[in-house]
Amino acid sequence: MSSDLASRATQSKDISRNKKKLDGKGQFWLVFRYIALSLLFVIAALPIYIMVINSVKGITGVDQATAFIPPTSLDFGAWGPTWDILREPMFRTLWFVLQSSIISAIIGSINGFVFSKWRFKGSTVIFTTFLFGMFIPYQAIMIPLTQFNRWAGIGGTIYVLVFAHVIYGIPICTLIFRNYYQGIPNELIEAARVDGASMVTIYRSIILPLSIPGFVVVLIWQFTSAWNDFLFAIFLTGGSPKLSVATTALNFITGSGNQVYYGNNMTASLIVSIPTLLVYMFLGRYFLRGLLSGSLKG
Amino acid sequence: MALKSKKRIQSHWGGFFFVLPSIIAMSIFVYGMIGWTVKFSLSNRTSAWSVDNSFAGLANFTGLLDDPEFTHAFSNLVKFTLVFMIGTLLSGLIMALLLEKGIKGEGLFRSIYLYPMAISFIAMGTSWRWLLDSAEGEKATGINLIFHKAGLSALENSWYTSEKGSMYAMALPAIWQMSGYVMALFLAGFRGIPDDLREAARVDGASEFKIYRHILFPQLSPTFLTVLIILGHISMKVFDLIYGIAGKGYVTKVLAIYMWQVIFDFQNYAKGAAIAVIILVMIAIVVIPYLIYVNKTEEANK
Repeated sequence: MSSDLASRATQSKDISRNKKKLDGKGQFWLVFRYIALSLLFVIAALPIYIMVINSVKGITGVDQATAFIPPTSLDFGAWGPTWDILREPMFRTLWFVLQSSIISAIIGSINGFVFSKWRFKGSTVIFTTFLFGMFIPYQAIMIPLTQFNRWAGIGGTIYVLVFAHVIYGIPICTLIFRNYYQGIPNELIEAARVDGASMVTIYRSIILPLSIPGFVVVLIWQFTSAWNDFLFAIFLTGGSPKLSVATTALNFITGSGNQVYYGNNMTASLIVSIPTLLVYMFLGRYFLRGLLSGSLKG
Repeated sequence: MALKSKKRIQSHWGGFFFVLPSIIAMSIFVYGMIGWTVKFSLSNRTSAWSVDNSFAGLANFTGLLDDPEFTHAFSNLVKFTLVFMIGTLLSGLIMALLLEKGIKGEGLFRSIYLYPMAISFIAMGTSWRWLLDSAEGEKATGINLIFHKAGLSALENSWYTSEKGSMYAMALPAIWQMSGYVMALFLAGFRGIPDDLREAARVDGASEFKIYRHILFPQLSPTFLTVLIILGHISMKVFDLIYGIAGKGYVTKVLAIYMWQVIFDFQNYAKGAAIAVIILVMIAIVVIPYLIYVNKTEEANK
């Protein structure tokens, strides 16, 4: 079960019983581990550190030679003008991402329930064919998809992105919910069946109330991947400024011609990252759960 | 008895009915559209003005073999994949090994190692572009500046803009992004192994190294397989990571970037589709056997 996988990964090991006196060798290894972990910590944190400190040096205050050094005083000068450019795309992104995440979660929950508790002949095979959709390179469907959007009349609207993230989110959302529902004992369903409840009733009155953590995982997963998506955004909106979303607007700001304005670029990158970073900071556990679900093994 | 089996059949069809919309969607938008792309790749639609959808056989594919840009992008992708997979596997494994026995502050280390997965690469590309700046010596910035200040000038290099080392440099941000994910997978693997196994071996006088080598690692082979599949398929379709740092630059071009260029800049649908099909086939060769294997082990565990 993926939820087990996630709790295994996030449960800090009980180290209280390791408190017994460490001998010289044991102490050496403990120190060694801390040094190695801290070194990796610095490397992992470096890119975001640079982004943060250089976003508060103003528009012209960013100097290449001192970019590693924090500013002596905070200057939010670059935030105003950058936010002015990003505001509209950010709200547009939020609007479409909320829609696509909610629709995806509902579909995923129904599918996951069927594939876990209401199986039919051939359901495993069908489920596996769904999973393949998770691995495909989206380049392989991009040309027909743009043509379909034009034909369906949603070309040139933000709904191309809602649609794409809902459809291509079906495999992962189904997988997450299916793994989640595998953790609910079958006896619960059997007992309700004996009492004469239909599967729809069981879903509504037993499964759904137990599904809240599953919904949180899927909503976060879909939110993060749609927010950070660049491939669909650039392909399906064709770079139209009317449809620019967070990543494409950011790419417009930081793109090749503007690479000298480091203050602006770092600030814009940080602003675009804040929503997903906040989600990660406060709901990281659920994010990890979605991540590990994507690995299939449970 | 008869009544019961009738009821069961009904309930089975019910389940099918509820997933039917998704089955239709997947058939059209995954499998149907893949078929459509394959058809494009076999057609003569090689410019925006031509609506010539006639059958071209494998001409677009054989044409790619003679296209130096394509072979360049392909060999770039191979180099990138090798370094990225080995590097991420090792650094993720090292992170997990350092953490798996439990240590004070584990939660903090874990969340810092994993945050790169939560951020768009178009955003992180800004930092990385600066870190991997090619200026050296007195003008050095980014990592070169660190080397310069540390007296390691010999290590300064032009990173992803260099002719030979571009893809190896480009693997660094990719390793940075995915290591935390691999760490989490291994950590979950390690902690799924009962402590008794370790204790028993310790009582028998096995050294720590031997315990890892002969007891823990063999238990983790499914995790190793999963990690390799995930990293492999991500690598083959890598796009925004490279685009976010180097744009459409020639030295770091891979298949996904070249395909995008062929479609948007050259409007050559047939050729773009052919490149997409090649990426798809490379992924399918790896992923389909894996999916079948996962399916089988799950059936066996039931």
